[in-house]
Amino acid sequence: MFVFQVSAWGGYVFIINLIPLHVFVLLLMRRFSKRVYIAYSTFYVIGLILSMQIPFVGFQPIRTSEHMAAAGVFVLVQLYSFLQYLRERLTRQERQTLFSVAVCAAALLLFVCVVYLSCTGWIAPWSGRFYSLWDTGYAKVHIPIIASVSEHQPTTWVSFFFDLHILVCTFPAGLWFCIRNISDERVFVVLYAVSAVYFAGVMVRLMLTLTPVVCVLSAVAFSSVFERYLSDDPPAEDDRRNSGSLYEKAGKVRKQVLCEEGLGSNIKSLVSVLLLLLLLMFTVHCTWVTSNAYSSPSVVLASYNHDGSRNILDDFREAYYWLRLNTGQHTRIMSWWDYGYQIAGMANRTTLVDNNTWNNSHIALVGKAMASNESVAYDIMRLLDVDYVLIVFGGVIGYAGDDINKFLWMVRIAEGEHPRDVRESDFLSPQGEFRVDKAASPALLDCLMYKMSYYRFGEMQLDFRTPPGFDRTRNAEIGNKDVRLKHLEEAFSSEHWLVRIYRVKDPENRPRLERKPRVTSTANKHKHKRKATRRRRGFIKNKLVLKKGRRLNRKQRRTGLN
Amino acid sequence: MSNSVISVISRFLEEYASSTPNKLKVVDAYLLYIMMTGALQFLYCLLVGTFPFNSFLSGFISCVGSFILAVCLRIQINPQNKGEFLSISPERAFADFLFAHTVLHLVVINFIG
Repeated sequence: MFVFQVSAWGGYVFIINLIPLHVFVLLLMRRFSKRVYIAYSTFYVIGLILSMQIPFVGFQPIRTSEHMAAAGVFVLVQLYSFLQYLRERLTRQERQTLFSVAVCAAALLLFVCVVYLSCTGWIAPWSGRFYSLWDTGYAKVHIPIIASVSEHQPTTWVSFFFDLHILVCTFPAGLWFCIRNISDERVFVVLYAVSAVYFAGVMVRLMLTLTPVVCVLSAVAFSSVFERYLSDDPPAEDDRRNSGSLYEKAGKVRKQVLCEEGLGSNIKSLVSVLLLLLLLMFTVHCTWVTSNAYSSPSVVLASYNHDGSRNILDDFREAYYWLRLNTGQHTRIMSWWDYGYQIAGMANRTTLVDNNTWNNSHIALVGKAMASNESVAYDIMRLLDVDYVLIVFGGVIGYAGDDINKFLWMVRIAEGEHPRDVRESDFLSPQGEFRVDKAASPALLDCLMYKMSYYRFGEMQLDFRTPPGFDRTRNAEIGNKDVRLKHLEEAFSSEHWLVRIYRVKDPENRPRLERKPRVTSTANKHKHKRKATRRRRGFIKNKLVLKKGRRLNRKQRRTGLN
Repeated sequence: MSNSVISVISRFLEEYASSTPNKLKVVDAYLLYIMMTGALQFLYCLLVGTFPFNSFLSGFISCVGSFILAVCLRIQINPQNKGEFLSISPERAFADFLFAHTVLHLVVINFIG
C-alpha cells in the first residue's frame, strides 16, 4: 500500500515522516510495545527497498534529509528494544554497569555519523520543494518555478470552507473526543490531524492530506453526540436514586422523574434533529461542489448566457485536433509547460516542455524566448528546432487563464537563469503596474508573446461600444495595434481566438541586406574623359553647326573664331 | 569497572545458555550469521567502493531485512511474550515470516541489477 502511494505522488514523504513520528511519540508516552516494534521495523525495511524500485525516487530514501527521520527512528527503536531485552535478563546492578558504557558510546557514534555524513554532503539537505513548506518565503525568491504553480499558494479561508463545509467546526470536537479516550491508534490520528492542519494551511494542494482525517474526526464527533442523545435509557444512578426515595414521597418523586425525562427527551430530539439538518445541508453542499467545481473537464469550457442556457467553448480540442491533422508527425511544438500534457495527449506531437519537466533551465529558455523580441526569440527557436508555437489568448472571450496573465511568471522564471537578458522591471510600466495598453512598457510591446497574442487583434472590434483592439480579459485597449511578424506566420486561430498557433518560417534563401546598394559617384570620370578626347585627331569637340542666314550670338562667335 | 563488565557479560552468557529454549537458540544462531554477513558486506563496500551502488544496497538491505524479520519471528514465538500475541500462533508467525521473506527476496533480486 505504501509503495502504491510512493509510485503515485510525491506526498508519500508526509507518510514516511508521520509514521516514524507516531512511533517516536509512542516511545515518549511509554506506550511502546513489541507489536509496535515488529510493525514498524518490518514496514521500514520492506518499504525502503520497495520504494527504491520507483525510478523517480531512486536512492533518495537514504540520501536526502527528508527520509532521515524514518531511518533515525528505526535505529532508535532497535536500540531501545535491545535494551529492553537486556533489562529482562540482567539485574539492576549489572544493568547499571553496562548501561552507561554502552548507551553513551552508541548514541555518540550515531550522532557523529549523521553529522559527518551531512557535512560531507553525502546526505543531501532538504530539497527545495519540501524546504518551502517550512520557510514559505523561500520559493518566491530562489525557485520561481515552484512559486508560480497556483496550487502552491497558501490556502484561503474560503477554500477551507468550500472543501470542508460544516466539518471545519466538528473536526476540533472530534479531536477532543479522541484525546479524551487515548490509545495507541488514537495518538496516530491526533498527530496526523495536527500536522495535516499545518501543511494544509501552507499550500492549497495539501488540502488533499487534510480531508481524510477531517472526515474521520468529524465522524467521531457526530457519532459520539448521536450515541449520547439518541439513547432512550436514563442514566442508571438516577434510577437507583429514584427507586430508593420512591417509598418516601410517592407523588412528589414521580413528578420529579417525569419532569426530568420530559426535559431530557425534548433536548435530545432537538439536538438530534439539528445535527441531522446540518448533515443534510453538508450533503447538498458536497454534491453541488463536486458537480460544479470538481467534475467539469477543464479542456472544454462552459459559460452561461443571460437566460441560463449553456454556451460550450471547445477551442482547446479544436486547436489540438487541427495540430494532429495538419502538421507532420515529427513537428515540434513550443508552448508554455501547462499545455504540454494536453498537446502530447490530444495532438500527439512532440513538445519542448510539459508538466513533468524538472529541468528548470529548459523551461527558463522557453520563457526567455517568449519574453524577448522577435529576432532573439527566432534565434532560440532555430536553436531548439521548433516548428510551431502555441499560445493561449483569452482577450476575445475574457478567459482569465491565458498566457498574457501568466507572462510575468514566465519572465521571473527566465530571469532566474538569464538575469542579464531578461528583467522583470523592464516589462512593468514606470509606476510598477503590468499594463497592456498605451502606457505599457516598450519591452512588453515588442516581445514575442505580446505580438503573437495580439496579431491582427487591432482590427477586431468585438462590440459596438468598445474600440477595436479591446482586450476583454484585461479590460484595456491594447497599446500596439499594428503588429508585424517577420519570422512567424499565423497558422491557426481557434473559433474564439482562444488558442493561436504560429508556424516558424525557415530562414530566407537570400538574406536581405540591411544596407542600401552601393552608390558610386560619377563626377571624377567625366574629368578624366575630357582630357583624352581633346588630344584626339580628327575630332572637333563642340563643333558648331553653321546654319546659313542665321547670325551667331556672341558666345558662339567667340568659340567659332577659336 | 572493566572487571565487572566482563563478569556481567559472562554471567549473562551463562544464563542465556541455560534458560532459553532450543528453538530460540536456533533463531539466535541464524541472527548472528546474518549480522556477520551484513558486516562483511559493509566492510567490502568501504574497502572497494560503491560502484554498482544498487547492488550493494540490495545486498545490504537484504541482510538487514532478514535480520529484522528473524527478530520479529523470535519475538512472536517466544513463550514469554504469549500475553501480547494472543491471536498469533507460532505457526502463523512462521508463515508471516516466510511470506515477508518472499517479498523481500523478490525485490532484492529485482534491485540487484
